[in-house]
Amino acid sequence: MRYSIFSLLRQTLSSHRGWTPAWRDAAPKQGYDVVIVGGGGHGLATAYYLAKVHGITNVAVLEKSWIGSGNAGRNTTIIRSNYLLAGNNPFYEWSMKLWEGLEQDLNYNAMVSQRGVLNLYHSDAQRDAYARRGNAMLMHGVDAELLDAEGVRRMLPFIDFENGRFPVLGGLLQRRGGTARHDAVVWGYARAASDLGVDIIQNCEVTGFLREGERIVGVETSRGTIRADKVGVAVAGSTSRVARMAGLRLPIESHVLQAFVSEAIKPFIDCVVTVGAGHFYISQSDKGGLVFGGDIDGYNSYAQRGNLPTIEHVCEGGMALMPSIGRVRMLRSWGGVMDMTMDGSPIIDRTPLDGLYLNAGWCYGGFKATPASGWCFAHLLARDAPYPVARGYRLDRFASGRLIDENGQGAQPNLH
Amino acid sequence: MRIRCPFCGERDANEFAYLGDAEFKRPDPNAPDAAARFFEAVYLRDNPAGPHNELWYHTSGCRSWLRLTRDTLTHEILAVQFARGELKTGSVTAASREPG
Repeated sequence: MRYSIFSLLRQTLSSHRGWTPAWRDAAPKQGYDVVIVGGGGHGLATAYYLAKVHGITNVAVLEKSWIGSGNAGRNTTIIRSNYLLAGNNPFYEWSMKLWEGLEQDLNYNAMVSQRGVLNLYHSDAQRDAYARRGNAMLMHGVDAELLDAEGVRRMLPFIDFENGRFPVLGGLLQRRGGTARHDAVVWGYARAASDLGVDIIQNCEVTGFLREGERIVGVETSRGTIRADKVGVAVAGSTSRVARMAGLRLPIESHVLQAFVSEAIKPFIDCVVTVGAGHFYISQSDKGGLVFGGDIDGYNSYAQRGNLPTIEHVCEGGMALMPSIGRVRMLRSWGGVMDMTMDGSPIIDRTPLDGLYLNAGWCYGGFKATPASGWCFAHLLARDAPYPVARGYRLDRFASGRLIDENGQGAQPNLH
Repeated sequence: MRIRCPFCGERDANEFAYLGDAEFKRPDPNAPDAAARFFEAVYLRDNPAGPHNELWYHTSGCRSWLRLTRDTLTHEILAVQFARGELKTGSVTAASREPG
């Protein structure tokens, strides 16, 4: 069923009794051309672009729980392409371009809202660093504006500019950045992929790989054996666990990142704000809740929940920036498991095993990458060659030294 | 999460800094395959879901390096010891340093 004002009117006249499920909950077949492990945003986007761009529709997406139950449902929904390095910037800008046309492409309201992403700076040195990043963005054809304190004051008059330790001197603004509705992205890709013939199989946990020599020819699952010409893994925080079933050891640690939402308040913050002094970012959902987050907890974890010191630390960052939110009550906090790579950048590559492909290492930046990650992983699966903007995301870059160290933190995932 | 430091007693995890996997062994730089071994030691991780041996530093306490075994699925701490093995502290024992 195509969604439009006419289908809405038609359903309104029939008391909304005619809506059908958005996508098909399929049972596994014996074999597929491509099996994607992981029914999150990246896996579903991969399946969609395989079908739409490359014409490969005999595809299954295997999800151990329900689709979007992992990090796709646990992020802070920010989209942006304000990256410095040449290995990253064109990829995230491609993702931003796909975001801009996503809803028309999928015929699904993903609530993409280009409300702007503003990174605040607090010192002359930080302004120089942001100016450099903004110039790098402009040279890659990405929009960027460097604001002074007055420019920020016009956008956010209520923040504390005179903080004694970290005064707000200005910010780097990407107006095309913003937010999207995370669940709708998952459902939109699932619906569009399902319409093109992709099987979305839930409650189907991969328990092992089928091997013939050095080739992967399928997967063992909790719902039986499924053969496949190619297997793509897009399981975010569980990457090391799944890769170990194939005998692979990866440059990844799993860490927990917490996120928070406050009770709903009237419209207050109309863009995404990040603080350069610590690590705090905040936006306001359309429902009114303040959605915010900060650093990862900093220790290996698969627990999908974090600890109180990080909650206190994040809230201190928020209070330092905007003391006016002090009496707003926190509604919920939750944690997601991040697959932190050693340089902070992702991996979209073949593996040493033929037939096994890896999409991993998104650290805590995977949501904004969803469309381009799916696009590039689909290209890799279909053609056995990297899509140009993802050429740097090689698995062997750690051995060859061609790291994409956007944060300049080195091989320390807990510092990224 | 609270960590029972063998010297200071049980303290909030906020007092500690995390380094990571405790199984790091510095490879022999003179080995013929030193480059490959350093790559494995520096970049590759077991990253287990379950008991994990890891190094923590008691920054806001006794400044000891500790070796923890912690379950990454539950955050339960299964074992704590000094990273260098048993510390020779004379009469000062973990029990006598327990907070009151």
